[in-house]
Amino acid sequence: MDIAHKDSTTLMRRFNPGDALFALALIGGALFALRQYGDFMDIYDKAILLLTVPALAAIGVVAWKPFRLFLAVSAGLAVFSLSLYGGDLARAEQAFFLKYLISSQTAIMWMSALFFIATGAYLLGLAARSDFAEATGTALTWCAVTMGTTGLLVRWYESYLIGTDVGHIPISNLYEVFVLFSLITGLLYLYYEGVYATRRMGAFVLTVISAAVAFLLWYTFSREAHEIQPLIPALQSYWMKVHVPANFVGYGAFALAAMIGVADLLVRNGILISRLPPAKVLEDVMYKAIAIGFAFFTIATILGALWAAEAWGTYWQWDPKETWAFIVWLNYATWLHIRLTKGLRGALLSWWAVIGLLVTAFAFVGVNMFLSGLHSYGSL
Amino acid sequence: MRPRSTSRALYELLSSMRFAISLLTVLGISSIIGTVIKQNEPYNNYLSQFGPFWFPVFEKLGLYSVYNSFWFLTILGFLVLSTSACIVRQTRPMLKDMRGFREHAREASLASFAHHARIPLLQPRTEAREALLAYLQRTGFAVRCDERDSSVLLAAKQGSLTRVGYFLAHGAIVLICVGGLLDGNLPLKLRMALGGKQVTSGNQLIADIGPESRLGLDNWSFRGNVFIPEGKSANTAVVNVQDGILLQDLPFTVSLRKFHLEHYESGMPKRFASDIVLTDPATGQSIEKTIEVNKPFEFAGVMMYQASFEDGGSRMRMLAHDLRPGHGTSAMPLEAAVGDSLKLASQGLDHSLELGSFRAFNIENMATDAPESEAGALTRLEKHLGSGARSPTRKDMQNVGPSIQFKLRDSAGQAREYQNFMQPILQDGAWYLLTGMRDSPSAPFRFMRIPMDGEGRPDSWFEIRSVLLDTSRHAELARRFTATALPASTAGAVRGRLEETTRRTLELFALGGFDGLGKFIESTIPAGERDKAADVFIKILEGCAWEAWNLARSAAGAPAPTPSPTHARLLRDTLNATNDSLHYGAPVYLQLTGFDEVRATVLQVTRSPGKPIVYLGSLLLVLGVFAMLYIRERRLFILLKDSGEALIALGSNRKSMDVDERFEQHRDAIAALLTPPARP
Repeated sequence: MDIAHKDSTTLMRRFNPGDALFALALIGGALFALRQYGDFMDIYDKAILLLTVPALAAIGVVAWKPFRLFLAVSAGLAVFSLSLYGGDLARAEQAFFLKYLISSQTAIMWMSALFFIATGAYLLGLAARSDFAEATGTALTWCAVTMGTTGLLVRWYESYLIGTDVGHIPISNLYEVFVLFSLITGLLYLYYEGVYATRRMGAFVLTVISAAVAFLLWYTFSREAHEIQPLIPALQSYWMKVHVPANFVGYGAFALAAMIGVADLLVRNGILISRLPPAKVLEDVMYKAIAIGFAFFTIATILGALWAAEAWGTYWQWDPKETWAFIVWLNYATWLHIRLTKGLRGALLSWWAVIGLLVTAFAFVGVNMFLSGLHSYGSL
Repeated sequence: MRPRSTSRALYELLSSMRFAISLLTVLGISSIIGTVIKQNEPYNNYLSQFGPFWFPVFEKLGLYSVYNSFWFLTILGFLVLSTSACIVRQTRPMLKDMRGFREHAREASLASFAHHARIPLLQPRTEAREALLAYLQRTGFAVRCDERDSSVLLAAKQGSLTRVGYFLAHGAIVLICVGGLLDGNLPLKLRMALGGKQVTSGNQLIADIGPESRLGLDNWSFRGNVFIPEGKSANTAVVNVQDGILLQDLPFTVSLRKFHLEHYESGMPKRFASDIVLTDPATGQSIEKTIEVNKPFEFAGVMMYQASFEDGGSRMRMLAHDLRPGHGTSAMPLEAAVGDSLKLASQGLDHSLELGSFRAFNIENMATDAPESEAGALTRLEKHLGSGARSPTRKDMQNVGPSIQFKLRDSAGQAREYQNFMQPILQDGAWYLLTGMRDSPSAPFRFMRIPMDGEGRPDSWFEIRSVLLDTSRHAELARRFTATALPASTAGAVRGRLEETTRRTLELFALGGFDGLGKFIESTIPAGERDKAADVFIKILEGCAWEAWNLARSAAGAPAPTPSPTHARLLRDTLNATNDSLHYGAPVYLQLTGFDEVRATVLQVTRSPGKPIVYLGSLLLVLGVFAMLYIRERRLFILLKDSGEALIALGSNRKSMDVDERFEQHRDAIAALLTPPARP
């Protein structure tokens, strides 16, 4: 991504009818949502909804064209699901498509299955040196993120069907954010796969997604965590809509960077050299992922501070989650300093990115498991 | 010259990357400590956790308030110092670098760039120069030309703003730290040290606290809590400092009209809100406002937040049922407010009642756990398909009504804690009053179930129990039981033996409950016959309970009970509860009969002068990070030589793959420009 100096003529040349249609659909969708659901939003919710349009447009038009089709299909499936529901939750049991395809739980189950198969395909591609298997992996990953996005969108709607006072965006507890994490990591991976035109990193990144999905399934089947819960007062805020997604772009990118780090370490030790991209490429992807993760993690932490100031009366109070977010931030700040200012390259940075994932995972899940604090609504 | 070089060396160390990275690492590791040890707990908790040896050591190290400790603030101070030194050190060279075009670069140095290429120049110099200037402008470069003897150098650059990003991001760190310092407890510490303020203990009336523990209206940075019961007002906040408190005067009076507490069906809290009235003492004007979680309000420079809520002294009406054997079934009315400590001294009691808390409702899952059927994997999966709304395990959330929690302390100072529900609760098909008891605050409550009689009252239980446990009535009970249990024709000796056994059974039960009987059976009856013996004893007890009920009813002038399954169940429950009551540990059972609830809100009030500085710093940080990571500085040099050759070199402040790509693009585009199209 090179946002500073795009040749303006090339940008215009690349703006095609598909882009226009995409932008129009985004605007139309936002206006429809405002008209249909505006009563459930305060002024900030509306502002966030409207700002989503240029943000998604920027991703789809400028940065990453395939994003347009993905979003269109996900939204289309979600709208289809909504129309099947027709305002009645019990339809989830009766309508075939809802029960077996696009009700929220079913869609998330599909996402889980597709991510597992995609991981298998990528691993097979790596082991059997099969380009076809890897292409299958890509297709399956696209299907998985589509089903996951549809699932979350439908879950959003279902929460309002339970009761208008219960309804909320589905990024409020550990179950929901694990779905979000899988989605965002998957999307980030697909982006880099496209930009670097190589599918060879898939086996590594999809492995970490599969681990997240495995946790998600355990959480569903043994803890019944998938049940939609209403929001406690502290979480009833528009800030959630910006704080949580920004955070998970950070977590997702750090997870991706760590897995690329693993691939890089293998290559540096002479393993799978013929099959994996050269260290130079891996190093570049790792840097790009950490850079975008760091930028978004910075934003997320600041948004969290703004929210904390409103909900708890202080923007920073060294709550365990805040402190660990700070530690994660310090960790990647140091990583970037070493790479950019010291100009260091090589195995050390890869090792560091891998260990960084452990720190990130602790901040994400470990704090909820082992430490108590204000962020305790995601407990295990 | 020596001191100067030392300070120079110090400055260089402070501003060095190596120092900064070490600092970041130390900061990260030391902030972990505060997440492992719970911060700002009451000191007693630490004392019991770490023991008398380590407690003072950890206190000296500031581990109970790591982020306010001297050493942690020192590390942060060094971070500010190091970042500032780094900025100062970098300013001059960076500005120079930003402004300069390096248009005097020599050919030899250009040729040593990692990205450079020589291409033929087939055009006149001036013509090529114009074409290149247009190209560079179009692709976003600023250019400066340097005419030389037999050549011209076009020195172009773009993305110099990335250097501004450096200043923004690093300046932001300093701003955020300074702002955070203003809002931390350092101003308070300074005030206490310089202004002679002293913390005081929280166990006294606010009016009794003297000026040496009060902070005035001129205090510009504080964080405190205001406690206001419904219908009352307050104009001071309590600031917690270490193990004591300080009072903070507020520039207004805040009174609470009503506190709203709403719940979802599941019992999860839904809304906490305070309807308050704020009055300015100077003007006498007041405004009404509702403060909720996530909806704070600022008044007279003070931010107010809904922090929590408590009981504001709800009044409870209770009946104290005497449980001591031989005291009959007297019940004494009592009235107390939550938070009160009350002496129970009548009728030979020597106890004190500490009424701890009151809950207006309790929402419990009343579903009876159906046994998990042996379902296959497919059915299990199917249960988790569909909407996210339904729960595969059935839940039945019900409000089981109000409850109180209190402590009873005996004359020896020994206290037990109790939890009593006001309304009977349906369990296993019958209604019970539940009362829980525990010996220590960490233990779970053990519940005694007092059965309700046909009129829906607990009175029958008190009556039967009182007769059963009264040793002076055991002989009468035994006689009546024997009379109904044996036919009239039974021989006198047999009759006498049964009567004796019954009396003995009652005595054992009154003393030790089922346990007492069990021990008796184990010590006197051979192992093979114990089960049979236990059955006999239970039969005897049930029969006696029936006779006790008859006695109680006739004493009250009520008709005798008739045998029925409901009554049999009541008798069994009565025996169980009577047995439990022997381990209840209290001389009275407090039945909650009525209440007037008064809630209180706790508002957090703050003045945080550093907030705008921190927010400005945060904004700059985001701008700076994006500028540093996503604006790429590139320098493109094109040396046009009269000898018919052009030298292109691309420099970048970062080495990354897209520099290679960019170089190839520029090289090819420029090569095309410099080579006139071949004539067809």
